[in-house]
Amino acid sequence: MREVAIIGIGDTKFGELWDMSFRQIGIQAGLAAVHDAKLRAEDIDALYVGNMSAGRFIEQEHVAALIADYSGMARDFTPATRVEAAGASGGLALRQGYMAVASGMHDIVVVGGAEKMTDVPDGLSNDIQNSAADRQWECTFGATFPSLHAMIARRYMHQYGATREQIAQVAVKNHKHGSLNPKAQFQKEITLDTVLKAPMVAEPLGMFDCAPNSDGAAAVVLCSMEKARNYTDVPIKILASAQASDTLALHGRPDICTFRATQAAAQRAFKQARLEPKHIHLAEVHDNFTISELLAVEDLGFFAKGSGGKATADGQTLIGGQVAVNTSGGLKARGDPIGATGVAQVVELVTQLRGQAGKRQVADAKYGLAQNVGGTGGTVVVHILGVA
Amino acid sequence: MTSRVGIVSYGAYVPRFRIAPKEIGRVWGSDGEAMGKNLMIFSKSVPAPDEDVITISTEAAREMMQRVDVDPSRIGALYVGSESHPYAVKPSGTIVAEAIGAVPNLTIADLEFACKAGTAGIQMCMGLVASHMIDYGVAIGADTSQGAPGDPLEYSASAGGAAYLIGREKIIAYLNATYSFSTDTPDFWRREGQPYPSHGGRFTGEPAYFKHVQATAKGIMAKVGSQASDYQYAIFHQPNGKFPSRVAKMLGFTDEQIKTGLLTPRIGNTYSGAVPLGLAAVLDEAKPGDRILAVAYGSGAGGDGFDMTVTDEIEKVRGRSQMTMAKLLEKQEFLDYATYAKFRGKIRLKEGST
Repeated sequence: MREVAIIGIGDTKFGELWDMSFRQIGIQAGLAAVHDAKLRAEDIDALYVGNMSAGRFIEQEHVAALIADYSGMARDFTPATRVEAAGASGGLALRQGYMAVASGMHDIVVVGGAEKMTDVPDGLSNDIQNSAADRQWECTFGATFPSLHAMIARRYMHQYGATREQIAQVAVKNHKHGSLNPKAQFQKEITLDTVLKAPMVAEPLGMFDCAPNSDGAAAVVLCSMEKARNYTDVPIKILASAQASDTLALHGRPDICTFRATQAAAQRAFKQARLEPKHIHLAEVHDNFTISELLAVEDLGFFAKGSGGKATADGQTLIGGQVAVNTSGGLKARGDPIGATGVAQVVELVTQLRGQAGKRQVADAKYGLAQNVGGTGGTVVVHILGVA
Repeated sequence: MTSRVGIVSYGAYVPRFRIAPKEIGRVWGSDGEAMGKNLMIFSKSVPAPDEDVITISTEAAREMMQRVDVDPSRIGALYVGSESHPYAVKPSGTIVAEAIGAVPNLTIADLEFACKAGTAGIQMCMGLVASHMIDYGVAIGADTSQGAPGDPLEYSASAGGAAYLIGREKIIAYLNATYSFSTDTPDFWRREGQPYPSHGGRFTGEPAYFKHVQATAKGIMAKVGSQASDYQYAIFHQPNGKFPSRVAKMLGFTDEQIKTGLLTPRIGNTYSGAVPLGLAAVLDEAKPGDRILAVAYGSGAGGDGFDMTVTDEIEKVRGRSQMTMAKLLEKQEFLDYATYAKFRGKIRLKEGST
């Protein structure tokens, strides 16, 4: 297998982009990445696009061909492939691109992720998101995506004695980081009180425990390591790419407070990178709900099981803490355009590892990790990146 | 050759019943008080069971006629703007025209443009009067707006209306200029046969209300070459208390300039009645020479802007009507949710009962 580097990144602002269509945001992010890598369209061997549900959000399937067409790549008949794994679509698209370059099949691959969520009413958006869980055995009986995470939170509090306040601290921290990111959907700091007093969504999770509906896109350009320096002085190496699956429904698991797919993917990734959790300086994890971040930082091995809440409340996941988690603001504050999220996480890691993160820069960042989750942990993708 | 036109008289009406956000929230299990605080709505008006857009328009039009000695037969046009006309087919305006004795030599039409149909009527009257096609025109904006039970709209949707007599003689406020800004922006709608409207959530904010109100205000001010500080009063469409306060600040107006015309915190969103009622409150206290800016907004979406100057005639119409905005606001009776539900026809009754 060949070594693979990221030589270009691009993204849009995340948020309610009323004036932009799916194809506009996809192309804006893609072109930004291609310009960043100083490429021409004919240099690109293949395109992978992460997208969860354009068919229901904008009633458009076949979105990889759409983006190939509108970005000009179709002129060169460049192959374009859509990848879907609910919330993990973006991370999984990156993994497909990584494998294509690592295998020697392609030299330069563009990986994008995009979702346009705000063209549908809120109720429909919730229903679309429910389809990441088990429609037949969970949602048909009244479970929703937030309520499944609320069950995890309840059980987590019971099992580990974690407090509501500790869970809420995840939102406070991610808004603090988001306030330093000019592309974040929410750039406002919030207080613990704001989280605790917000309207209830599914007890104990309130509005500020949930990531928003967002429009947005992100893209990266991958290149074989041997050619990377032809394009950039600061190639960022993909040290590991790992993926794992678990039961689709929560009730199939022995313990709903552990995402075994996160543990399995992390173990594989750390083994491939020849690193340990203690070596990681920053991590973008899948905080679609506050409770999800606590599970993530434990299942990835940064903190012992059950201690993620205390670690967060103690500031150990802040920029400057033991491991800076979600420096972009995470899904909570940067926004969560589902298919774009996994790619946007990697855009943030590359920005940090290049030392270009401005006010939110993690000092001396050499290793970064991204954890991207589909559904309630049915698919997890973990990537580890390092300064080349 | 066109002539200078303006407001000759006005009349307002708001039902006396009120309900508080806290009481609405009590029934739906939400923090109504916080909701009200967030929307800047502390009570909203509720029409009695025998009140509708026609009775509200009639009350307002009668007060309007009481303030002046205008022969109703000289009224050449009457428009009722509303999104809650009692009939889908059959005009509200004919009943109002009969009630004030303006029939039969006039043109009548019911108008609809969400919350700005009343001000659209004022613009139509301006054209007819200025061109000497008619001597006087009546424009009314009134609503008994609908909000689905449990929907955030239920905290704001209320009832009320105001009537304006537009003419060339004995003008109390010159309509110096008007400007409209319209686009197809579907932020709020109700289809034929649907009992309650649908809305696009936050899409009703930035791309709809704020974009159109700002563009309209800037457009009318550019047309007459004015700036915010030239006005003693400003009235902005008020779906809640928060939006007009924010848009006023964005446009450089002070709280002092908007406070008289900002009625939503006490009576809720009267839709087509909102800017007409706010303007009525301003005319109740404005002095000769005062300059007024009014910007109505209608979902769908558009804005109507007006630049006005109050004249000496204003003093003469005061005192001839008992129905001042202060009185209408003062006269209030709070309802519990059950009575409110009964008044609004939200309780399903046995067939044939009333």
